[in-house]
Amino acid sequence: MSSRRDFIATSFQSVGLATVGSLLWAGYGDLTKKSPLVLRPPGALNEKDFLSACIKCDLCSIACKNRDTNIDLKTGLSKEPTIKVAKAGGNTLIGTPYFTPRDIPCYMCEDIPCAKACPSGALDMKTLLDKNNKANINNSSMGLAVIHKESCIAFWGIQCDACYRVCPLMDDALTLEYKRNKRTGKHSYLLPVVNSNSCTGCGLCEQACISEKSAIVVLPDKISKGRAGDHYVKGWDEKDQQRVKNSKGLTTKTKHTKENITNYLNESSF
Amino acid sequence: MIKNIKFLLARRVVQISLMLLYFLGNAYGFSALKGTFGASLLFGVIPLSDPYTIIQVLFSGFILGADVLLGGVIIVIFYGVFAGRGFCSWVCPVNMITDLANYTRRKLSLDGKEVKYKFLKRSSRYWIMSMSFVVSAILGMAAFEFFSPITIMQRGIIFGFGMGFFVLVGIFLFDLFGVKNGWCGHLCPLGAFYSIAGSKSLIAIKHNVENCTKCMECKVVCPESDVLSIISKNSGYITDMECTNCGRCVDVCNDEALHFGIRGLLKTQNK
Repeated sequence: MSSRRDFIATSFQSVGLATVGSLLWAGYGDLTKKSPLVLRPPGALNEKDFLSACIKCDLCSIACKNRDTNIDLKTGLSKEPTIKVAKAGGNTLIGTPYFTPRDIPCYMCEDIPCAKACPSGALDMKTLLDKNNKANINNSSMGLAVIHKESCIAFWGIQCDACYRVCPLMDDALTLEYKRNKRTGKHSYLLPVVNSNSCTGCGLCEQACISEKSAIVVLPDKISKGRAGDHYVKGWDEKDQQRVKNSKGLTTKTKHTKENITNYLNESSF
Repeated sequence: MIKNIKFLLARRVVQISLMLLYFLGNAYGFSALKGTFGASLLFGVIPLSDPYTIIQVLFSGFILGADVLLGGVIIVIFYGVFAGRGFCSWVCPVNMITDLANYTRRKLSLDGKEVKYKFLKRSSRYWIMSMSFVVSAILGMAAFEFFSPITIMQRGIIFGFGMGFFVLVGIFLFDLFGVKNGWCGHLCPLGAFYSIAGSKSLIAIKHNVENCTKCMECKVVCPESDVLSIISKNSGYITDMECTNCGRCVDVCNDEALHFGIRGLLKTQNK
Protein backbone atom coordinates (compact mmCIF):
# COMPACT_ATOMS: atom_id res chain seq x y z
CA MET A 1 0.00 0.00 0.00
CA SER A 2 2.62 2.48 1.08
CA SER A 3 4.68 1.90 -2.06
CA ARG A 4 1.70 2.83 -4.19
CA ARG A 5 1.16 5.92 -2.06
CA ASP A 6 4.85 6.77 -2.47
CA PHE A 7 4.58 6.31 -6.17
CA ILE A 8 1.59 8.63 -6.45
CA ALA A 9 3.25 11.24 -4.22
CA THR A 10 6.49 11.13 -6.20
CA SER A 11 4.60 11.36 -9.46
CA PHE A 12 2.68 14.41 -8.33
CA GLN A 13 5.83 16.03 -6.98
CA SER A 14 7.70 15.40 -10.24
CA VAL A 15 4.87 16.70 -12.38
CA GLY A 16 4.53 19.75 -10.12
CA LEU A 17 8.24 20.45 -10.21
CA ALA A 18 8.37 20.05 -13.98
CA THR A 19 5.43 22.45 -14.36
CA VAL A 20 7.00 25.06 -12.10
CA GLY A 21 10.28 24.67 -13.96
CA SER A 22 8.62 25.02 -17.35
CA LEU A 23 6.67 28.09 -16.24
CA LEU A 24 9.76 29.85 -14.90
CA TRP A 25 11.66 28.87 -18.01
CA ALA A 26 8.94 30.05 -20.38
CA GLY A 27 8.48 33.24 -18.36
CA TYR A 28 12.14 34.10 -18.59
CA GLY A 29 12.14 33.26 -22.27
CA ASP A 30 9.13 35.46 -22.86
CA LEU A 31 10.99 38.40 -21.31
CA THR A 32 13.98 37.99 -23.59
CA LYS A 33 11.61 37.95 -26.55
CA LYS A 34 10.33 41.41 -25.76
CA SER A 35 12.99 43.57 -27.34
CA PRO A 36 10.96 45.46 -29.95
CA LEU A 37 13.55 48.18 -30.60
CA VAL A 38 16.24 45.87 -31.94
CA LEU A 39 17.32 46.36 -35.56
CA ARG A 40 18.06 43.14 -37.44
CA PRO A 41 20.37 42.62 -40.45
CA PRO A 42 19.04 42.84 -44.03
CA GLY A 43 16.66 40.13 -45.15
CA ALA A 44 15.54 39.26 -41.61
CA LEU A 45 12.14 37.63 -41.27
CA ASN A 46 9.59 39.39 -39.09
CA GLU A 47 10.79 39.45 -35.48
CA LYS A 48 8.63 36.56 -34.27
CA ASP A 49 9.73 34.18 -37.03
CA PHE A 50 13.26 35.51 -36.83
CA LEU A 51 13.57 34.60 -33.16
CA SER A 52 12.54 31.02 -33.80
CA ALA A 53 14.52 30.65 -37.01
CA CYS A 54 17.83 32.15 -35.89
CA ILE A 55 20.11 29.31 -34.86
CA LYS A 56 22.58 31.77 -33.28
CA CYS A 57 25.55 30.64 -35.32
CA ASP A 58 26.59 34.28 -35.82
CA LEU A 59 27.89 33.52 -39.31
CA CYS A 60 26.24 36.78 -40.46
CA SER A 61 28.33 38.81 -38.02
CA ILE A 62 31.48 36.93 -39.02
CA ALA A 63 30.71 37.55 -42.71
CA CYS A 64 30.07 41.23 -41.95
CA LYS A 65 33.36 41.61 -40.14
CA ASN A 66 35.44 39.78 -42.73
CA ARG A 67 34.00 41.31 -45.90
CA ASP A 68 36.50 42.84 -48.31
CA THR A 69 35.09 46.33 -47.87
CA ASN A 70 35.66 46.29 -44.12
CA ILE A 71 39.45 46.38 -44.11
CA ASP A 72 41.19 49.15 -42.24
CA LEU A 73 43.62 50.61 -44.78
CA LYS A 74 46.12 51.59 -42.10
CA THR A 75 46.44 48.25 -40.34
CA GLY A 76 45.22 45.87 -43.05
CA LEU A 77 42.94 44.18 -40.52
CA SER A 78 39.17 43.94 -40.43
CA LYS A 79 37.34 46.72 -38.63
CA GLU A 80 34.50 46.24 -36.16
CA PRO A 81 31.49 44.81 -37.98
CA THR A 82 28.08 46.44 -38.33
CA ILE A 83 26.36 43.29 -37.12
CA LYS A 84 26.99 42.59 -33.45
CA VAL A 85 26.07 39.50 -31.52
CA ALA A 86 23.85 39.95 -28.46
CA LYS A 87 25.62 39.02 -25.24
CA ALA A 88 24.17 37.69 -22.02
CA GLY A 89 22.67 40.31 -19.74
CA GLY A 90 21.16 42.60 -22.35
CA ASN A 91 17.51 42.66 -23.33
CA THR A 92 18.20 41.33 -26.82
CA LEU A 93 17.88 37.57 -27.21
CA ILE A 94 21.32 36.16 -26.56
CA GLY A 95 23.34 35.18 -29.62
CA THR A 96 21.09 36.92 -32.13
CA PRO A 97 22.54 39.50 -34.54
CA TYR A 98 21.65 43.19 -34.33
CA PHE A 99 23.13 46.53 -35.23
CA THR A 100 23.26 50.02 -33.75
CA PRO A 101 23.34 52.58 -36.60
CA ARG A 102 24.68 55.50 -34.54
CA ASP A 103 27.80 53.40 -33.82
CA ILE A 104 28.15 51.52 -37.09
CA PRO A 105 25.40 51.64 -39.73
CA CYS A 106 24.73 49.06 -42.45
CA TYR A 107 26.83 49.95 -45.49
CA MET A 108 24.46 48.16 -47.85
CA CYS A 109 26.97 45.78 -49.51
CA GLU A 110 25.71 44.87 -52.96
CA ASP A 111 26.51 41.17 -52.53
CA ILE A 112 24.78 41.04 -49.11
CA PRO A 113 27.38 38.78 -47.42
CA CYS A 114 25.45 38.56 -44.14
CA ALA A 115 22.20 37.24 -45.58
CA LYS A 116 24.14 34.97 -47.90
CA ALA A 117 25.94 33.42 -44.93
CA CYS A 118 22.75 32.59 -43.03
CA PRO A 119 22.24 28.81 -43.09
CA SER A 120 18.94 28.68 -41.23
CA GLY A 121 16.75 31.01 -43.27
CA ALA A 122 16.38 33.64 -40.54
CA LEU A 123 17.99 36.09 -42.97
CA ASP A 124 16.26 35.21 -46.18
CA MET A 125 17.67 36.32 -49.54
CA LYS A 126 14.26 35.61 -51.07
CA THR A 127 12.79 38.62 -49.29
CA LEU A 128 15.26 40.85 -51.17
CA LEU A 129 14.52 39.73 -54.75
CA ASP A 130 13.80 42.43 -57.30
CA LYS A 131 11.91 42.24 -60.62
CA ASN A 132 14.76 40.38 -62.29
CA ASN A 133 14.76 37.77 -59.53
CA LYS A 134 18.08 39.06 -58.26
CA ALA A 135 18.69 39.84 -54.63
CA ASN A 136 18.97 43.58 -54.21
CA ILE A 137 20.07 45.14 -50.95
CA ASN A 138 17.85 48.17 -51.67
CA ASN A 139 14.82 45.93 -51.12
CA SER A 140 15.73 45.34 -47.51
CA SER A 141 13.64 46.82 -44.76
CA MET A 142 15.62 46.81 -41.56
CA GLY A 143 13.68 49.76 -40.23
CA LEU A 144 12.53 53.26 -41.06
CA ALA A 145 14.31 56.55 -40.39
CA VAL A 146 12.26 58.97 -38.32
CA ILE A 147 13.13 62.67 -37.95
CA HIS A 148 12.80 64.68 -34.76
CA LYS A 149 12.19 68.15 -36.15
CA GLU A 150 12.96 70.08 -32.97
CA SER A 151 16.55 68.87 -32.77
CA CYS A 152 17.19 68.88 -36.54
CA ILE A 153 18.99 72.12 -37.31
CA ALA A 154 17.67 72.13 -40.89
CA PHE A 155 14.28 72.90 -39.36
CA TRP A 156 15.88 75.86 -37.59
CA GLY A 157 16.83 77.28 -40.94
CA ILE A 158 20.50 76.31 -40.81
CA GLN A 159 21.77 74.60 -43.91
CA CYS A 160 22.63 71.00 -43.17
CA ASP A 161 22.04 68.13 -45.53
CA ALA A 162 24.37 65.56 -43.95
CA CYS A 163 21.71 62.83 -43.83
CA TYR A 164 20.52 63.58 -47.34
CA ARG A 165 23.99 63.38 -48.82
CA VAL A 166 24.93 60.17 -47.09
CA CYS A 167 21.72 58.33 -47.99
CA PRO A 168 22.46 55.45 -50.40
CA LEU A 169 19.06 56.10 -51.98
CA MET A 170 19.45 59.86 -52.20
CA ASP A 171 16.42 61.67 -53.67
CA ASP A 172 14.41 58.51 -53.29
CA ALA A 173 14.42 57.39 -49.67
CA LEU A 174 15.46 60.81 -48.43
CA THR A 175 14.53 63.98 -50.28
CA LEU A 176 15.06 67.65 -49.54
CA GLU A 177 11.98 69.81 -49.44
CA TYR A 178 12.46 73.55 -50.01
CA LYS A 179 10.39 75.91 -47.96
CA ARG A 180 10.55 79.67 -47.61
CA ASN A 181 12.10 80.91 -44.40
CA LYS A 182 9.76 83.67 -43.26
CA ARG A 183 12.00 84.68 -40.36
CA THR A 184 14.83 85.92 -42.53
CA GLY A 185 12.70 86.57 -45.56
CA LYS A 186 15.48 85.75 -47.98
CA HIS A 187 16.53 82.16 -47.23
CA SER A 188 14.93 78.82 -47.64
CA TYR A 189 14.68 75.81 -45.42
CA LEU A 190 16.18 72.58 -46.81
CA LEU A 191 14.09 70.04 -44.98
CA PRO A 192 14.90 66.33 -45.02
CA VAL A 193 11.88 64.13 -45.73
CA VAL A 194 11.93 60.35 -45.48
CA ASN A 195 9.99 58.27 -47.96
CA SER A 196 8.94 55.16 -46.13
CA ASN A 197 8.44 53.11 -49.31
CA SER A 198 12.13 53.34 -50.16
CA CYS A 199 13.89 53.75 -46.83
CA THR A 200 15.76 50.55 -45.96
CA GLY A 201 16.71 51.49 -42.44
CA CYS A 202 20.43 51.17 -43.07
CA GLY A 203 21.07 54.02 -40.60
CA LEU A 204 23.80 55.87 -42.53
CA CYS A 205 21.76 59.03 -41.91
CA GLU A 206 21.56 58.34 -38.17
CA GLN A 207 25.31 57.99 -38.00
CA ALA A 208 25.92 61.09 -40.15
CA CYS A 209 23.59 63.39 -38.19
CA ILE A 210 25.56 66.27 -36.75
CA SER A 211 23.26 66.77 -33.77
CA GLU A 212 24.71 65.83 -30.40
CA LYS A 213 22.09 63.10 -30.15
CA SER A 214 20.95 62.08 -33.61
CA ALA A 215 17.83 63.92 -34.82
CA ILE A 216 17.15 61.19 -37.36
CA VAL A 217 16.87 57.69 -35.92
CA VAL A 218 16.06 54.31 -37.39
CA LEU A 219 13.26 52.42 -35.69
CA PRO A 220 12.01 48.93 -36.56
CA ASP A 221 9.12 48.94 -39.03
CA LYS A 222 6.83 47.46 -36.45
CA ILE A 223 7.34 50.47 -34.18
CA SER A 224 7.65 53.28 -36.71
CA LYS A 225 4.94 52.42 -39.22
CA GLY A 226 1.25 52.95 -38.69
CA ARG A 227 -1.64 51.24 -40.45
CA ALA A 228 -4.75 53.05 -41.69
CA GLY A 229 -6.91 49.93 -41.67
CA ASP A 230 -8.83 48.22 -44.44
CA HIS A 231 -11.86 50.49 -44.24
CA TYR A 232 -9.98 53.51 -45.60
CA VAL A 233 -9.49 53.16 -49.33
CA LYS A 234 -8.04 55.71 -51.72
CA GLY A 235 -10.88 56.18 -54.17
CA TRP A 236 -8.57 57.89 -56.65
CA ASP A 237 -6.00 55.09 -56.70
CA GLU A 238 -6.77 52.08 -58.87
CA LYS A 239 -4.19 49.92 -57.09
CA ASP A 240 -5.72 50.68 -53.74
CA GLN A 241 -9.15 49.83 -55.13
CA GLN A 242 -7.90 46.28 -55.62
CA ARG A 243 -7.82 45.90 -51.85
CA VAL A 244 -11.58 46.18 -51.74
CA LYS A 245 -11.99 43.43 -54.32
CA ASN A 246 -9.56 41.17 -52.49
CA SER A 247 -10.87 41.82 -49.01
CA LYS A 248 -12.97 39.19 -47.30
CA GLY A 249 -15.39 39.29 -44.43
CA LEU A 250 -15.38 43.02 -43.87
CA THR A 251 -18.83 43.44 -42.37
CA THR A 252 -20.12 45.96 -39.90
CA LYS A 253 -21.34 44.65 -36.57
CA THR A 254 -23.84 47.47 -35.94
CA LYS A 255 -27.40 46.65 -36.96
CA HIS A 256 -28.90 49.28 -39.22
CA THR A 257 -32.59 49.90 -39.33
CA LYS A 258 -34.43 52.93 -40.65
CA GLU A 259 -35.28 54.02 -37.11
CA ASN A 260 -31.83 53.87 -35.57
CA ILE A 261 -30.29 55.68 -38.51
CA THR A 262 -32.73 58.56 -38.17
CA ASN A 263 -32.77 58.52 -34.39
CA TYR A 264 -29.16 58.04 -33.46
CA LEU A 265 -28.55 61.71 -32.86
CA ASN A 266 -31.38 61.77 -30.35
CA GLU A 267 -29.89 58.95 -28.30
CA SER A 268 -28.50 59.66 -24.88
CA SER A 269 -24.87 59.31 -25.90
CA PHE A 270 -25.07 62.45 -27.98
CA MET B 1 53.96 11.44 -15.27
CA ILE B 2 52.92 12.13 -18.87
CA LYS B 3 51.43 8.66 -19.07
CA ASN B 4 48.88 9.55 -16.44
CA ILE B 5 47.56 12.57 -18.27
CA LYS B 6 47.90 11.45 -21.87
CA PHE B 7 44.23 11.65 -22.78
CA LEU B 8 43.61 14.63 -20.55
CA LEU B 9 46.32 16.50 -22.44
CA ALA B 10 44.96 15.35 -25.79
CA ARG B 11 41.50 16.57 -24.86
CA ARG B 12 42.76 19.98 -23.80
CA VAL B 13 44.67 20.27 -27.07
CA VAL B 14 41.54 19.40 -29.06
CA GLN B 15 39.27 21.69 -27.04
CA ILE B 16 41.60 24.66 -27.12
CA SER B 17 42.52 24.32 -30.79
CA LEU B 18 38.85 24.10 -31.78
CA MET B 19 38.11 27.28 -29.80
CA LEU B 20 41.16 28.93 -31.34
CA LEU B 21 39.98 28.04 -34.84
CA TYR B 22 36.53 29.45 -34.09
CA PHE B 23 38.16 32.60 -32.72
CA LEU B 24 40.38 33.01 -35.79
CA GLY B 25 37.37 32.38 -38.03
CA ASN B 26 35.78 35.55 -36.72
CA ALA B 27 38.79 37.69 -35.96
CA TYR B 28 40.76 37.10 -39.16
CA GLY B 29 38.31 35.34 -41.46
CA PHE B 30 40.27 32.09 -41.16
CA SER B 31 38.05 29.58 -42.94
CA ALA B 32 38.99 26.32 -41.18
CA LEU B 33 36.09 26.64 -38.78
CA LYS B 34 33.58 29.47 -38.78
CA GLY B 35 30.44 30.08 -36.78
CA THR B 36 29.43 28.73 -33.38
CA PHE B 37 28.12 25.36 -32.21
CA GLY B 38 24.66 26.37 -33.42
CA ALA B 39 25.92 26.10 -36.98
CA SER B 40 29.43 26.17 -38.39
CA LEU B 41 31.22 25.84 -41.66
CA LEU B 42 34.19 23.47 -41.79
CA PHE B 43 36.81 24.57 -44.37
CA GLY B 44 34.21 26.96 -45.75
CA VAL B 45 32.19 24.12 -47.30
CA ILE B 46 31.04 21.39 -44.94
CA PRO B 47 28.08 22.48 -42.81
CA LEU B 48 27.99 21.36 -39.19
CA SER B 49 25.17 22.12 -36.81
CA ASP B 50 23.90 21.23 -33.39
CA PRO B 51 21.19 18.56 -33.75
CA TYR B 52 19.77 19.42 -30.30
CA THR B 53 19.22 23.04 -31.36
CA ILE B 54 17.69 21.85 -34.62
CA ILE B 55 15.15 19.71 -32.75
CA GLN B 56 14.25 22.66 -30.51
CA VAL B 57 13.77 24.94 -33.52
CA LEU B 58 11.63 22.31 -35.24
CA PHE B 59 9.51 22.12 -32.06
CA SER B 60 9.16 25.90 -32.18
CA GLY B 61 7.52 25.49 -35.57
CA PHE B 62 10.11 26.67 -38.06
CA ILE B 63 11.49 24.56 -40.89
CA LEU B 64 15.20 25.26 -41.08
CA GLY B 65 17.34 25.57 -44.20
CA ALA B 66 18.72 22.41 -45.85
CA ASP B 67 22.33 23.26 -44.96
CA VAL B 68 21.54 23.31 -41.26
CA LEU B 69 19.65 20.02 -41.43
CA LEU B 70 22.50 18.39 -43.35
CA GLY B 71 24.96 19.74 -40.78
CA GLY B 72 22.89 18.17 -38.02
CA VAL B 73 22.88 14.80 -39.78
CA ILE B 74 26.68 14.92 -40.15
CA ILE B 75 27.12 15.59 -36.43
CA VAL B 76 24.67 12.87 -35.41
CA ILE B 77 26.47 10.36 -37.63
CA PHE B 78 29.88 11.39 -36.27
CA TYR B 79 28.93 11.00 -32.62
CA GLY B 80 26.37 8.24 -33.13
CA VAL B 81 28.67 5.96 -35.09
CA PHE B 82 32.11 6.91 -33.78
CA ALA B 83 32.65 9.23 -30.87
CA GLY B 84 29.74 8.46 -28.53
CA ARG B 85 29.26 11.23 -25.99
CA GLY B 86 32.69 12.55 -26.92
CA PHE B 87 31.37 16.06 -27.51
CA CYS B 88 31.14 16.66 -23.77
CA SER B 89 34.74 15.86 -22.94
CA TRP B 90 36.60 16.57 -26.17
CA VAL B 91 34.82 19.61 -27.62
CA CYS B 92 32.63 21.42 -25.09
CA PRO B 93 34.54 24.32 -23.49
CA VAL B 94 32.45 24.19 -20.30
CA ASN B 95 34.11 20.83 -19.64
CA MET B 96 37.30 22.72 -18.78
CA ILE B 97 35.44 24.66 -16.08
CA THR B 98 33.69 21.66 -14.56
CA ASP B 99 36.90 19.61 -14.69
CA LEU B 100 38.65 22.43 -12.84
CA ALA B 101 35.85 22.44 -10.26
CA ASN B 102 36.24 18.68 -9.85
CA TYR B 103 39.99 18.96 -9.50
CA THR B 104 39.66 21.70 -6.88
CA ARG B 105 37.04 19.59 -5.13
CA ARG B 106 39.46 16.68 -4.80
CA LYS B 107 42.27 18.96 -3.63
CA LEU B 108 40.02 20.47 -0.97
CA SER B 109 38.70 17.00 -0.03
CA LEU B 110 35.14 18.13 -0.57
CA ASP B 111 34.00 14.89 -2.17
CA GLY B 112 31.23 13.11 -0.33
CA LYS B 113 30.38 16.21 1.65
CA GLU B 114 27.99 17.75 -0.82
CA VAL B 115 24.37 18.51 -0.03
CA LYS B 116 22.01 15.93 -1.45
CA TYR B 117 19.14 17.55 -3.27
CA LYS B 118 16.28 15.12 -3.51
CA PHE B 119 15.19 16.10 -6.98
CA LEU B 120 18.60 16.68 -8.45
CA LYS B 121 19.45 13.30 -9.86
CA ARG B 122 21.60 12.24 -12.74
CA SER B 123 18.39 11.58 -14.62
CA SER B 124 17.26 15.21 -14.20
CA ARG B 125 18.99 16.20 -17.41
CA TYR B 126 16.70 13.97 -19.45
CA TRP B 127 13.70 15.70 -17.88
CA ILE B 128 15.22 19.08 -18.62
CA MET B 129 15.85 18.01 -22.20
CA SER B 130 12.22 16.92 -22.62
CA MET B 131 11.05 20.15 -20.97
CA SER B 132 13.15 22.20 -23.36
CA PHE B 133 11.14 20.79 -26.26
CA VAL B 134 7.85 21.67 -24.59
CA VAL B 135 9.05 25.18 -23.71
CA SER B 136 10.36 25.63 -27.28
CA ALA B 137 6.91 24.80 -28.60
CA ILE B 138 5.23 27.22 -26.16
CA LEU B 139 7.63 30.11 -26.76
CA GLY B 140 8.12 29.58 -30.47
CA MET B 141 11.90 29.65 -30.14
CA ALA B 142 14.72 27.35 -29.08
CA ALA B 143 14.41 27.25 -25.28
CA PHE B 144 17.81 26.04 -24.12
CA GLU B 145 19.68 28.40 -26.42
CA PHE B 146 18.82 31.57 -24.52
CA PHE B 147 20.86 30.60 -21.51
CA SER B 148 23.02 27.72 -22.71
CA PRO B 149 26.38 28.21 -20.91
CA ILE B 150 28.02 26.17 -23.65
CA THR B 151 27.35 28.72 -26.36
CA ILE B 152 27.70 31.60 -23.87
CA MET B 153 31.25 30.42 -23.23
CA GLN B 154 31.98 29.73 -26.87
CA ARG B 155 30.57 33.07 -27.96
CA GLY B 156 32.51 34.68 -25.13
CA ILE B 157 35.73 33.27 -26.54
CA ILE B 158 34.87 34.37 -30.08
CA PHE B 159 33.18 37.74 -29.52
CA GLY B 160 33.95 38.75 -25.92
CA PHE B 161 32.22 37.68 -22.71
CA GLY B 162 30.16 40.51 -21.26
CA MET B 163 27.83 39.41 -18.46
CA GLY B 164 28.06 35.80 -19.67
CA PHE B 165 31.23 35.45 -17.62
CA PHE B 166 29.17 35.29 -14.43
CA VAL B 167 27.16 32.35 -15.74
CA LEU B 168 30.41 30.42 -16.01
CA VAL B 169 31.57 31.50 -12.55
CA GLY B 170 28.17 30.32 -11.32
CA ILE B 171 28.67 26.88 -12.86
CA PHE B 172 32.14 26.61 -11.37
CA LEU B 173 30.89 27.47 -7.87
CA PHE B 174 27.86 25.21 -8.22
CA ASP B 175 30.06 22.26 -9.20
CA LEU B 176 32.63 23.08 -6.52
CA PHE B 177 30.45 23.78 -3.49
CA GLY B 178 27.01 22.59 -4.58
CA VAL B 179 26.72 19.28 -6.33
CA LYS B 180 29.60 17.16 -7.58
CA ASN B 181 29.37 17.06 -11.39
CA GLY B 182 26.31 19.24 -10.93
CA TRP B 183 26.16 20.83 -14.37
CA CYS B 184 27.56 18.19 -16.74
CA GLY B 185 26.34 15.18 -14.80
CA HIS B 186 22.92 16.32 -13.64
CA LEU B 187 21.54 19.32 -15.49
CA CYS B 188 22.94 19.82 -18.96
CA PRO B 189 20.32 18.84 -21.56
CA LEU B 190 22.88 18.98 -24.35
CA GLY B 191 24.87 16.29 -22.58
CA ALA B 192 21.66 14.30 -22.21
CA PHE B 193 21.08 14.63 -25.93
CA TYR B 194 24.57 13.48 -26.84
CA SER B 195 24.24 10.59 -24.36
CA ILE B 196 21.26 9.34 -26.31
CA ALA B 197 22.70 10.17 -29.74
CA GLY B 198 26.01 8.45 -28.96
CA SER B 199 24.66 5.49 -27.03
CA LYS B 200 25.57 2.94 -29.71
CA SER B 201 28.91 4.34 -30.81
CA LEU B 202 31.84 2.20 -31.92
CA ILE B 203 34.44 3.82 -29.68
CA ALA B 204 34.05 2.75 -26.08
CA ILE B 205 36.17 2.02 -23.02
CA LYS B 206 37.14 -1.62 -22.60
CA HIS B 207 37.74 -3.18 -19.20
CA ASN B 208 39.93 -6.20 -18.59
CA VAL B 209 39.08 -7.55 -15.18
CA GLU B 210 42.06 -9.90 -15.01
CA ASN B 211 44.47 -6.96 -14.77
CA CYS B 212 42.32 -4.99 -12.31
CA THR B 213 43.73 -4.57 -8.80
CA LYS B 214 40.57 -2.90 -7.47
CA CYS B 215 42.37 0.33 -6.58
CA MET B 216 39.26 2.24 -7.73
CA GLU B 217 41.30 5.20 -8.93
CA CYS B 218 39.13 5.19 -12.06
CA LYS B 219 35.96 5.72 -10.05
CA VAL B 220 37.53 8.66 -8.22
CA VAL B 221 38.28 10.58 -11.40
CA CYS B 222 35.29 9.50 -13.48
CA PRO B 223 32.78 12.35 -13.96
CA GLU B 224 29.99 9.82 -14.50
CA SER B 225 31.14 7.18 -12.00
CA ASP B 226 27.92 5.16 -12.38
CA VAL B 227 29.05 4.03 -15.81
CA LEU B 228 31.99 2.13 -14.28
CA SER B 229 29.74 -0.43 -12.65
CA ILE B 230 31.55 -3.37 -14.25
CA ILE B 231 34.94 -2.40 -12.83
CA SER B 232 36.55 -5.27 -10.91
CA LYS B 233 33.50 -7.45 -11.66
CA ASN B 234 33.63 -8.49 -15.28
CA SER B 235 35.43 -7.72 -18.51
CA GLY B 236 33.74 -5.94 -21.36
CA TYR B 237 32.87 -2.56 -22.77
CA ILE B 238 31.47 0.36 -20.83
CA THR B 239 28.07 0.40 -22.45
CA ASP B 240 26.29 3.07 -20.37
CA MET B 241 25.40 5.95 -22.62
CA GLU B 242 26.51 8.60 -20.10
CA CYS B 243 30.20 7.67 -20.58
CA THR B 244 31.83 10.67 -22.23
CA ASN B 245 34.80 8.74 -23.62
CA CYS B 246 37.05 11.20 -21.84
CA GLY B 247 39.67 8.56 -21.13
CA ARG B 248 40.50 9.77 -17.61
CA CYS B 249 40.03 6.22 -16.30
CA VAL B 250 42.45 4.92 -18.93
CA ASP B 251 44.91 7.62 -17.84
CA VAL B 252 44.83 6.85 -14.13
CA CYS B 253 44.77 3.05 -14.42
CA ASN B 254 48.22 1.72 -13.61
CA ASP B 255 47.29 -1.90 -14.22
CA GLU B 256 46.47 -1.95 -17.94
CA ALA B 257 42.89 -2.82 -17.08
CA LEU B 258 41.25 -0.03 -19.07
CA HIS B 259 41.68 0.89 -22.73
CA PHE B 260 39.89 2.54 -25.60
CA GLY B 261 38.40 -0.07 -27.87
CA ILE B 262 36.10 -0.51 -30.81
CA ARG B 263 32.84 -1.91 -29.60
CA GLY B 264 31.93 -5.03 -31.61
CA LEU B 265 28.77 -4.80 -33.61
CA LEU B 266 27.77 -8.25 -32.37
CA LYS B 267 26.88 -8.33 -28.71
CA THR B 268 28.19 -11.88 -28.25
CA GLN B 269 31.64 -10.72 -29.26
CA ASN B 270 32.01 -8.72 -26.04
CA LYS B 271 31.23 -11.49 -23.61
